[in-house]
Amino acid sequence: MRRQIPLYIVLVCGIVFVIQFFIPSHESEFIFEYGQDWVMVIGILALPLGIWSYLRKTWLTAVKKPKERFFAGVSLFGFAIMMLTGLKRESLMAGSLYMELFEYVLIPIQATIFSLLAFYIASAAYRAFRARSVIATMLLGTAFIVMLRLIPLGPISDVNQALVGWILSVPNMAAKRGLLIGIGLGAIATCIKIILGIERTYLGRD
Amino acid sequence: MGHSQKESVWGSCNLFSRKAILFSLTLLVFFNFHLKDTQAHPLSPPTELFAQDTPNDHGKSISLNWNLSPDDGKVEGGVLSYEILRSTGLQGVFEVVGSVPAGTKEFTDQDTALVNSHNYYYKSRAVAVTDSAVSEIFGPVTPSGQWFHTGKTSVFVATLLFCLIIIVAISYAKRGGKLYIRPLAGINAVDEAIGRATEMGQPILFVPGLGEAYEVATIAAFTILGRVARKTAEYQSRLIVPAYYPMVMVVSQEVVKSAYMDVGRPDIYNEKDIFFVTQEQFPYAAAVNGIMLRERPAANFYLGKFYAESLMLAETGFLAGSIQIAGTDEPIQIPFFVAACDYVLIGEELYAASAYLSRDPVQLGTLKGQDWNKLAIVILVGLGILTATLGFAWFINLFNVNI
Repeated sequence: MRRQIPLYIVLVCGIVFVIQFFIPSHESEFIFEYGQDWVMVIGILALPLGIWSYLRKTWLTAVKKPKERFFAGVSLFGFAIMMLTGLKRESLMAGSLYMELFEYVLIPIQATIFSLLAFYIASAAYRAFRARSVIATMLLGTAFIVMLRLIPLGPISDVNQALVGWILSVPNMAAKRGLLIGIGLGAIATCIKIILGIERTYLGRD
Repeated sequence: MGHSQKESVWGSCNLFSRKAILFSLTLLVFFNFHLKDTQAHPLSPPTELFAQDTPNDHGKSISLNWNLSPDDGKVEGGVLSYEILRSTGLQGVFEVVGSVPAGTKEFTDQDTALVNSHNYYYKSRAVAVTDSAVSEIFGPVTPSGQWFHTGKTSVFVATLLFCLIIIVAISYAKRGGKLYIRPLAGINAVDEAIGRATEMGQPILFVPGLGEAYEVATIAAFTILGRVARKTAEYQSRLIVPAYYPMVMVVSQEVVKSAYMDVGRPDIYNEKDIFFVTQEQFPYAAAVNGIMLRERPAANFYLGKFYAESLMLAETGFLAGSIQIAGTDEPIQIPFFVAACDYVLIGEELYAASAYLSRDPVQLGTLKGQDWNKLAIVILVGLGILTATLGFAWFINLFNVNI
């Protein structure tokens, strides 16, 4: 019975929301928005569990692993500072300490990590574009042409632009659409399996 | 005599009075001419006013259109704007409910005061600097909500057909029909990766992506997580699952716990290894990279929704020497995983994983149904190309979606 009730809820909600998509009435919109609100409410209910999990994990790391103690300490300190500065109602207003920390500490740190992506791309591209076979050589050649688009090439710039435009809008787009059609059908099939209760791993046991 | 009398009257006026009379005469002449001009060319009203209930909505909305006044576009004395007037009765008071600039031929009345199933009458008024002209009254028009969005008819039919084909495929599989499913290297490598990690005595890292628990890709990841967890329970390997959302953490804990219980090893289930990290993208990537470099997992699984962090994770895993299996439904991230991982489940293969892993006939039936649907789409695309080339637009128009 513990498994049956969620399955019935999924069945009813799944069918209701599929039908709702085709009904433009006010009641239909209300049901959709109500469902979305519930998703948010459930997500918020899980937040304390997430915070508890984070604190427990970091604390245990600090206690049990001396080498990682400093980093765990920084993480806990950051959590405490952001939580304390964010408690006030005005904390989301511009100029508050919370917003200053967010804009001038957290965002630059995130941007720094994001900028590291360039180095990851360089090392991955080195492996991906090695001409080990005919297909890999074709990939290398195509990538070379596409990358040249960003460089002024004088008289052949227009020719290169046209070639890159064709590569992106014909073979590349064809492959992408093929993928998207497959993904769309796969997603619908998975949804049908979930609605009908064929797929139930997310509930725990099969 | 008369002349001298006139002269005497004019002559009797002082200078100020003469100027005042001349000014008055000038004004009189000017307004007389202007009046004559206006009378000769009165502002023309908009014509052919038409109003109807706005289609495919929840009501409380009426769409209007009209033909522009012939004076629309004139530089001098032309129309400046159109006002829309509404009344609840033919003889009632018409109130302005909206205004659009000159050159506009349509307006949608979405006033909150509109009530479904009530009659309304409309007029459109062309407005110039000094003049205005009103169209004929149109009505009655009744706003109402619809129970089916006709613009989505093709989607509705396609959904029904898709479901029908899936159900037929499931029933075929249930009756014992033979279904060939091509092998997927990424799925076959799951056991190999877990076995390798066990032999090396290293943990297994499962990253369920940046999707919420209700997203299809994440649900597909849970299915594979269940399978991985069973194997790690059997082999007594350590399984680490860093979650991006608290809800994903909760579901992952439940899936893994159930898998350990199914195998009969709830004693080695460690809830602390399935934990929430952060809901910020790059801090999450940094945290998972740190886990890879500190814990040195022998096998990494990246399954679910991934964005810009995909390559950061996969490349760090590669540098750490882990065997890596990835799968996502984000087409842009697939090349990054292909470049850095050993096996990749491309797009729909991620969704197909549960059927592959369970070998359940019903699940395999849905997979086969998907293939039949793909075949149908290929045939329809071919027919579309053929009919469009031959100039029959009606076939393509059948698939129009107007949301």
